[in-house]
Amino acid sequence: MSPRRFRGGIHPPDHKEKTRGGSSARIGVPERIVLPMVQHLGTPCVPAVEAGDVVERGQVVGRAEAMVSAPIHSPVAGTVIAVTETLTATGARVPAVEIAPEAEQDWDRFVPLEDAEVVHTVRAAGIVGLGGAAFPSAVKLTPPQDMPVSTVILNGCECEPYLTCDHRTMLERPGRVVAGGRIIAEAVGASRTVIGIEANKFDAVDTMRSAAGGSAEVCVLPAHYPQGAEKQLIRSVLGIEVPHGKLPAATGALVHNVSTAAAIADAVEDRRPLMERVMTVTGHVARPGNYLVPIGTLVSDVLAAAGGTVGEVARVIVGGPMTGMPLAGLDVPVVKATGGIVVFAQGEVAPAVLGDQPCIRCARCVAACPMWLEPYVIGIHANRRDWDATERYHAIDCIECGCCSYVCPTSRPLVQLIRRAKHMLMERGSKL
Amino acid sequence: MSETAPTSLPWVAAAPHIASKRSCRGIMLWVVVALLPTTGWAVWNMGSVAAWLLATCIGSAMGTEWLWNRIARRPQTLGDGSALVTGLLLALTLPPRTPLWMAVAGGIVAIALAKMLFGGLGWNLFNPALVGRAFISISWIGVLAGVRPFPGGWYNALDVPGTGDLDAITGATRLAIAAADRAADGAYGVDLTHYYAPLFFRNLEGSLGEVSAALLLFGGALLIVKGIIDWRIPVGYVGTVAVLSWAFGSDPVFNVLAGGLLLGAFFMATDYVTSPMTPLGRLLFGCGCGLFNVVGRFYGPMPESTTFAILFMNGLVPLIDRWLSPRTYGWGRGDA
Repeated sequence: MSPRRFRGGIHPPDHKEKTRGGSSARIGVPERIVLPMVQHLGTPCVPAVEAGDVVERGQVVGRAEAMVSAPIHSPVAGTVIAVTETLTATGARVPAVEIAPEAEQDWDRFVPLEDAEVVHTVRAAGIVGLGGAAFPSAVKLTPPQDMPVSTVILNGCECEPYLTCDHRTMLERPGRVVAGGRIIAEAVGASRTVIGIEANKFDAVDTMRSAAGGSAEVCVLPAHYPQGAEKQLIRSVLGIEVPHGKLPAATGALVHNVSTAAAIADAVEDRRPLMERVMTVTGHVARPGNYLVPIGTLVSDVLAAAGGTVGEVARVIVGGPMTGMPLAGLDVPVVKATGGIVVFAQGEVAPAVLGDQPCIRCARCVAACPMWLEPYVIGIHANRRDWDATERYHAIDCIECGCCSYVCPTSRPLVQLIRRAKHMLMERGSKL
Repeated sequence: MSETAPTSLPWVAAAPHIASKRSCRGIMLWVVVALLPTTGWAVWNMGSVAAWLLATCIGSAMGTEWLWNRIARRPQTLGDGSALVTGLLLALTLPPRTPLWMAVAGGIVAIALAKMLFGGLGWNLFNPALVGRAFISISWIGVLAGVRPFPGGWYNALDVPGTGDLDAITGATRLAIAAADRAADGAYGVDLTHYYAPLFFRNLEGSLGEVSAALLLFGGALLIVKGIIDWRIPVGYVGTVAVLSWAFGSDPVFNVLAGGLLLGAFFMATDYVTSPMTPLGRLLFGCGCGLFNVVGRFYGPMPESTTFAILFMNGLVPLIDRWLSPRTYGWGRGDA
């Protein structure tokens, strides 16, 4: 099959060479684990333990009490130090459970999930979208009745520069990715499974092809940011657009990240809850690579496991450089959706203080926008706080991929202005 | 906490955290680089008068911008490189013997009237260099075309560098000769193919920028390859001129090579600020420039119609952008 390239997007240098080669190693037992009760989109969890409790690896420490939520499990055997609050990477202060792990951990042991059907198992395992969205996966496995899913697309694009954790997962656990895809397809009644992989990961393409056999198609997509964004991926693979204001399921497609699929297979086949994940630690660290990290480990401990930072650090971000969160401090925990930690030196990062430079109408943002918006116009109207005008130019459809800001030769904060416009529009009731 | 990890991070800013290396100044410098062969060849062949004209136009444009910012108490903007490009382009649209005081006036009008009054870089509707040239050409009619409309007119007495007599040195351009011929008996009296080689390689009749079509094509190609300009504007422009002049019964090659057409198509019409934002819009814009250029050449009052063709299309850019606003992903053609 020949995928259609979506119009728009950019080609930033990918910087993946430092980390895509080595296999992912488990980091040592950290001194403490901090589990925020909000690691997903949706209702926060309620702490299920108290200070002083002894917890097993795999034990629920945060209960999900709503439909759109995901329980949180202890990734270690240890003792609850406190039920407290923590800062997260987003800067929010949220309830958290802090655990002191035992020095020796048996990583093969965990409290297995109760036997249940697939959707319930995925919910109980606390699985969320591991590509960064963190939307509870079980919810996506129960699509609306009037929107039958015909195609499951497993997202192995990993279009964010620097990150290689999905790439490593496909190379190291291809069977689990394929199994996860099969489980998802059966759960939603889809007849077709497609694994979308960017053309810069040919080893993963080969590995996934042989692992999938005839059960799934591997679709090689142009290496092109944001190829892995849901709407752009659907457009590339199926050649159709997700209508404005509709769920992707309206197109008959359901997209899950490859690492999420592997976690789903772990949950269904091994009764294993989501306790740890592979994440890329790269940039100015002594030993860049992919690491298997217990969820709740502090960023500082993950960096220490990678040999510490090297040289003058200008910015540390969690996630990829196009959409990731900058950290104000390193004592925040990694969460389920943390795909990577990137350490930047001065000169590599876009300027933090953006002057009020004029738009020179070069049209690079218009060419780069994968949603086919006109970021320059929205930026000008947002600067004037003319929210009605930003709505006319469909600011609400922006997926915040950052392509417009990336290409702007006068460094105008375009996606930042559009985010502001979106926020104002949603506050007054506009629908996504 | 690790020993090597910093405890606080000074540079927190919203995503994206990386940016393309291409800056406004870099883009402007590429335009200058693309014009260097033409500029150098003009100075080599035309001598110090051309150098003086270049220096005067650039100095006038940059000086006006500096002064404007100074008086308006705004941050200086010369660093973006756009005033340099405006001055350079203005000089290239003028014949070498243009009195320098006219060049100064052109530079002032280009920057002050066409750009700063509109709000500075990015806000102007019309191409500043072309406004400067248009101002000179309609204020002192005939000087640029080399035609003397008022025999014994007052500017004949002006002191011009290198010579004291304007009359002796403003030879009519090849375009003007051809047009005059055509107007006289409806057909070209001269064999235009004789003009191909000089127009292509070394032409000393006309403005600085008309010195060699080959060097302009080289510069334009460089800008297209480097991703600075969109091929749609020059290709639409030049293609339309070629096709229409053929349809009008004229020589398409001569019409493409002669006058300021190539300078206009590659370096003026492609000005970001004053051209459309969508690919289709830019193609349409280029074709429109070509149309009005040809119509102006054959039916207008003066054969050098490139300036006004582009300026006219500049005025249509807001409309083109509105008509050709791209359809948003996920919105059908019928949706609001």
